[in-house]
Amino acid sequence: MASPQTSATRVIPERPWRRLLHGDMGGRILLGTLAVLIVVIPILNQGVSPSSPFHVSDYTVNLLGRYLCFALLALALDLVWGYAGILSLGHGAFFALGGYAMGMYLMRQIGDRGVYGDPILPDFMVFLGWEQLPWFWYGFDQFWFAALMVLLVPGVFGFIFGWLAFRSRVTGVYLSIISQAMTYALMLAFFRNEMGFGGNNGLTDFKDILGFSLADPQTRLALFVASAVALGLAYLLCRSVVRSRAGRVVRAVRDAEPRTRSLGYRTDHYKLWIWTLSAMLAGLAGALYVPQVGIINPSEFSPLNSIEVVVWVAVGGRGTLYGAALGGALVNYAQTLLTAMIAELWLFALGGLFVAVTLFFPRGLVGLLKRREDRS
Amino acid sequence: MSLLDRPREVMRRDRVFDFMMPNPLDAARLDTRHGPILYLEDITVSFDGFKALDALTLYIDVGELRCIIGPNGAGKSTMMDVITGRIRPDHGQAWLGQRLDLLRMQETDISRAGIGRKFQKPTVFPEHRVVENLELAMAGPRGVWSTLRQHLDGEARDHIDSVLTEIGLESAGHSRAGQLSHGQKQWLEIGMLLMQNPQVLLVDEPVAGMTHQEMDRTGELLQRLAGRHSVVVVEHDMDFVRSIARTVTVLHQGAVLAEGSMDAIQADPRVVEVYLGE
Repeated sequence: MASPQTSATRVIPERPWRRLLHGDMGGRILLGTLAVLIVVIPILNQGVSPSSPFHVSDYTVNLLGRYLCFALLALALDLVWGYAGILSLGHGAFFALGGYAMGMYLMRQIGDRGVYGDPILPDFMVFLGWEQLPWFWYGFDQFWFAALMVLLVPGVFGFIFGWLAFRSRVTGVYLSIISQAMTYALMLAFFRNEMGFGGNNGLTDFKDILGFSLADPQTRLALFVASAVALGLAYLLCRSVVRSRAGRVVRAVRDAEPRTRSLGYRTDHYKLWIWTLSAMLAGLAGALYVPQVGIINPSEFSPLNSIEVVVWVAVGGRGTLYGAALGGALVNYAQTLLTAMIAELWLFALGGLFVAVTLFFPRGLVGLLKRREDRS
Repeated sequence: MSLLDRPREVMRRDRVFDFMMPNPLDAARLDTRHGPILYLEDITVSFDGFKALDALTLYIDVGELRCIIGPNGAGKSTMMDVITGRIRPDHGQAWLGQRLDLLRMQETDISRAGIGRKFQKPTVFPEHRVVENLELAMAGPRGVWSTLRQHLDGEARDHIDSVLTEIGLESAGHSRAGQLSHGQKQWLEIGMLLMQNPQVLLVDEPVAGMTHQEMDRTGELLQRLAGRHSVVVVEHDMDFVRSIARTVTVLHQGAVLAEGSMDAIQADPRVVEVYLGE
């Protein structure tokens, strides 16, 4: 029955995990840029003398590394918002949970070099008069354990939250509101000293990671490269997910959930699965971010942070993956520039940006570029 | 005593455990040796005393194309709801083939057993391409893990291609479903039903809002499908029914008023009375 001229099914990829970037110009540009940055930035930072105009300062390397973490967080949000239609206003929580997991490892790496010199207990515990390490701090002196927790803690937390929410068919604006409430609740909880995560001040004064000093320019460079590699791999992972049949089901859930259910798909399972994956990626972003800024405290859970991530994705272009990564990096770059000039205006600029995007270019920067391409 | 009842029940010598029982869906493959594939007998459905269906009896043969007409409120949609398991009748029987008791099956089981229903309003996935719509509707595993790893084999591709040809959308396979015309969306919706290899197709008002050309093509499509599938069409448009129908059933006040060829139906004075001249 299959005649050679009807090759319409060719738009469905043979094996979704092969030829991942087929027809994905934006993704190629993103990965190409990352590859160039991985090679060029270390050379310009280490190989060029500081007096040269081509020298990239340690500060810039650190800044770029942070932007890449934000790009990864935006990518994670785009997976659930752009593809599954779940507008999460609480993704900052998963970012912060991953960050805390990494922070706990860095805390225990300090050892007896803290102010109080206790070989086991972090400073804030000594200050609070605690006698011994709480059970949930065990294991965090091992990097592999911490690395596992970076993915597992946000993953399990996201799984439980999503299981409760999606099973009860909480959707749309109601889900956005409870995700916001979730991150707010976590913020209040982490503010409490009894929680055992340093309360108000959070975790800071980190000394080294895997035995390398965090103050070292080379360590910062390595963290930058790690962030770039993580972003690239996460992009490929997300891309293979959205190209699979499961990815098409997830998009169908976004556009017409009851219809998808009537075709026999358990839509709650699909949402739960992509939500959990996204939470883990957000946790990874947080874990890479924390050693680069040197601190993690409860303000990372602030609802405002999560809303900002939504703005990044909207500005970059929702439902494209690379657009979200672009938005995450660009908006934060703009923030660095603007706060240096007029600090108090930044929030107004951010709000204005969101309104402008929603009104004038709903498909984000990527949509704007694509439109120009279509015209020419 | 009551504590021992359960173990006794479990240990009973002639006990057959549930997991040893043949799956009714596997074991009772469709048995249509006696001709009809769908049996509705004495079906009565009442909503707050109002009888939407009143002792309706109807048989659909294998491969038949049957049109069902009737004024508003005659019980056409309720009948479809009973067949697909959305509504349980107060009494009566509904069987698919000789062995599958529709009144005991869940909605999803009924659809898996081979009854596909096209609703009045087309609900395709507008952002997906036409072939992706068909792929989503394809029979097969529905779990996250299997769809994540699945790749489309040649057989599945052929199936999609053949359905695409069947519904006349070969040239639109790449288009987003949202860009299709109203008529094309209806065909795509029928195509999505076909992807699930149904035995019985229930088609609710397929030509509402279509142009005349589209109507003609829809008529051809439904006639082609009859033979391989049993097709039940509920339709208001008399011209359309006349153009495709072999057997027409007229429903009135929840029961069959008349059944026969279109000419015989139109000559029937009771039908004329109900339709005021049509």
